[in-house]
Amino acid sequence: MKNECDVVEVIINKYGGNHDSVIAILQDIQSEYHYLPETALRVVAKNLELPLIQVYGVATFFKAFSLKPRGEHLIKLCVGTACHVRGAQPALDEVKRQLGIEAGETTEDMMFTLETVNCLGACALGPIMVVGEEYHGEMSPKKIKKILSDYKKATRSRRHDEIRVGT
Amino acid sequence: MRLGSALESEQLRDRIISQRNSDRTCIITSVGTCGLARGAADVARAIYQTISDFNLKDSVDVRTTGCHGFCEIEPVVLIYPEGILYQHVTPADIPEIISESVIKKNVVERLLYHDFSTGKNIIHEQDIPFYNKQNRLILGNNRFIAPNNIDDYIALGGYSALVKALFEMTPQQVLDEVKESNLRGRGGGGFPTGVKWESCRNAPARDGIRYVICNADEGDPGAYMDRSLVEGNPHSIIEGMIIGAYAIDSHEGYVYIRHEYPLAAQNLAIALEQAREYGFLGEDILGSGFRFDIKITKGGGAFVCGESTALMASLEGRIGEPRFKHIHSTERGLYGRPSNLNNVETWANVPIIINRGAGWYRQIGTDGSKGTKIFSLVGKINNTGLVEVPMGISIREMIYDIGGGIPGGREFKAVQTGGPSGGCIPKSLVDISVDFDRLAKVGSMMGSGGMIVMDEGTCMVDVAKYFISFLTEESCGKCIPCREGLDRMLDILTDITEGRGKEEDVELLEELGDVMQETSLCGLGSTAANPVLSTIRYFRDEYDAHIKEKRCPAGVCKELITFTIDGEKCNGCRVCARECPQGAISGEKKEVHHIDQEKCIKCGLCRDNCKFDAVTVS
Repeated sequence: MKNECDVVEVIINKYGGNHDSVIAILQDIQSEYHYLPETALRVVAKNLELPLIQVYGVATFFKAFSLKPRGEHLIKLCVGTACHVRGAQPALDEVKRQLGIEAGETTEDMMFTLETVNCLGACALGPIMVVGEEYHGEMSPKKIKKILSDYKKATRSRRHDEIRVGT
Repeated sequence: MRLGSALESEQLRDRIISQRNSDRTCIITSVGTCGLARGAADVARAIYQTISDFNLKDSVDVRTTGCHGFCEIEPVVLIYPEGILYQHVTPADIPEIISESVIKKNVVERLLYHDFSTGKNIIHEQDIPFYNKQNRLILGNNRFIAPNNIDDYIALGGYSALVKALFEMTPQQVLDEVKESNLRGRGGGGFPTGVKWESCRNAPARDGIRYVICNADEGDPGAYMDRSLVEGNPHSIIEGMIIGAYAIDSHEGYVYIRHEYPLAAQNLAIALEQAREYGFLGEDILGSGFRFDIKITKGGGAFVCGESTALMASLEGRIGEPRFKHIHSTERGLYGRPSNLNNVETWANVPIIINRGAGWYRQIGTDGSKGTKIFSLVGKINNTGLVEVPMGISIREMIYDIGGGIPGGREFKAVQTGGPSGGCIPKSLVDISVDFDRLAKVGSMMGSGGMIVMDEGTCMVDVAKYFISFLTEESCGKCIPCREGLDRMLDILTDITEGRGKEEDVELLEELGDVMQETSLCGLGSTAANPVLSTIRYFRDEYDAHIKEKRCPAGVCKELITFTIDGEKCNGCRVCARECPQGAISGEKKEVHHIDQEKCIKCGLCRDNCKFDAVTVS
């Protein structure tokens, strides 16, 4: 894990090793790896001279952080109030059924991670689902089925091509 | 270029304005988050491309701005100086808009806003009912400002309030002006801003350090005016903060912004950099001798961090737990120093008050609540969007005149204000005026200005359960009444919505709510029961229907509803049977179908897919 430590140290140094930068440091680590690897937390604690429990506390307190690796596509389904009254729950149920996972989980093939968020501030489009950076508005169970199957197809064919190129 | 004096800043403004020709055509398109979600980035690209294709680069300006407020009709294109508004624009519409409206000065009829109440198309932005009842003091400038261009802000008079404060007023006079304006905090509590500033400035600072903080951790689901302001007009917030810092004698500021708002954080960072380059931030601001700078901190996604002490803990790199407020943050806040925290919208009000004076500002609003307030009008409403109105407007005007009523001709039932700390206001109170005190009196609160409209298809017990489940997740767990009280409330509400409710449950919920209100540590806990208490107060009959009759009148609570097929309407097209993920629908082609209740998981797909409205919920 030498490489990982180096990356983390570069991030820590960027913030001058201040205690109060711990959240910003973890955010940067997470954008690098899409989650917080255990080694990274240990390096942060050591370099900032903080007890590991404090770093772990921050990493588990804030919703933005994940201690588990995330899938290739991060699905954020908005369950804010406006989306809720416009049918976010049936939409969420449909995503769960399509992927066979609960919110906060990742599919076995590492293709999708499902998360719920409390308002993305795009309420006119509710219920809203964001896949990676792409926004999909006015989600109904029917539309969700279509969108997810498109992502699945595209990802499968890309993965397939990568394997072929690799061999 | 760093400006060294008030004169230089005024000269810069004159220069910017003189280089601009107000008769020149300007095409404006909004690329805020909701616009982008609807494809505004492609529209903007098409505009630049077409302008170049038509060789109009030298005669036409293009401006990409933040959100204009009317999210429902995005992507929007405005043509100035005429003020023509086109709605739901796609990239394919751009060549026509440019050849017709820019070159030939005609109107493209099919892209105009259609007013369903009069059956007419409306050409100009200011004539659209959504806009013409508003008073867009704060939000109105969004359409004239490209957030990455400080010159746009300066051309509109930006930073003139700062010049006035620094060179014509003492810190005490600035403070008095804000106090006299009766500006109250827009983040939720409605605490008088000037009073807060004064107690921060008067608090002894052991090493002379005081902090000024902007709370942009807009956590109330359904409220997004702060996002829109930071994204669209970041300099108004920066200017407000510098003026506040001058009044309070602070030299360091922070903006704590939600990580869910990446575009807002990015636009703010650009704005800060540009403000520094001109010398509005940093050492010796405009040669006045006053120094101040601002740092951005991104939140980690915790609702409780909207609470001031939790926010400050998070700024220090600790977990965002609130503390008991026997000592106010204005005396000992961030790093133990006097700290003044205000919400985004509050800061954006400050330059206006300084420029126009407290007397002018106080003419807007009601006795106890002055100025305008931005609401996000969302949920079951035709015109979803951000609405800025004078305090004191009635809920009826908001929902029917500005909001255009409820979609599908359905019946308005309630409006939820104040986010998870607020309450539901029923239809019977639709004529009350909206201000801090009136909303509190009816068991809700202003909060940050979310207004979630609900219709007959919304179950109020489900709404209460929704908020309690939200808060259960977001409670930091530090104090028992909030942590355990919410857990128990959620258990009880789940039982009620799943048909296991007991007659004594409502009284138990009320008792729990009282204890949480009295004994919780912070604002999150003490207001957490509001959604439950206010729905019990106004919608007791719905609780009773769930508990006594095991029935959900709105047809929302899954365990209490059944889907059936209406034999009169079903023509046996097989669509529902094909869509049903459980294979629960049987029936031959052209014969009436039937749903097997044992297999049905109540996903509603059959109802969504039926073109003949034959699936009924009871």
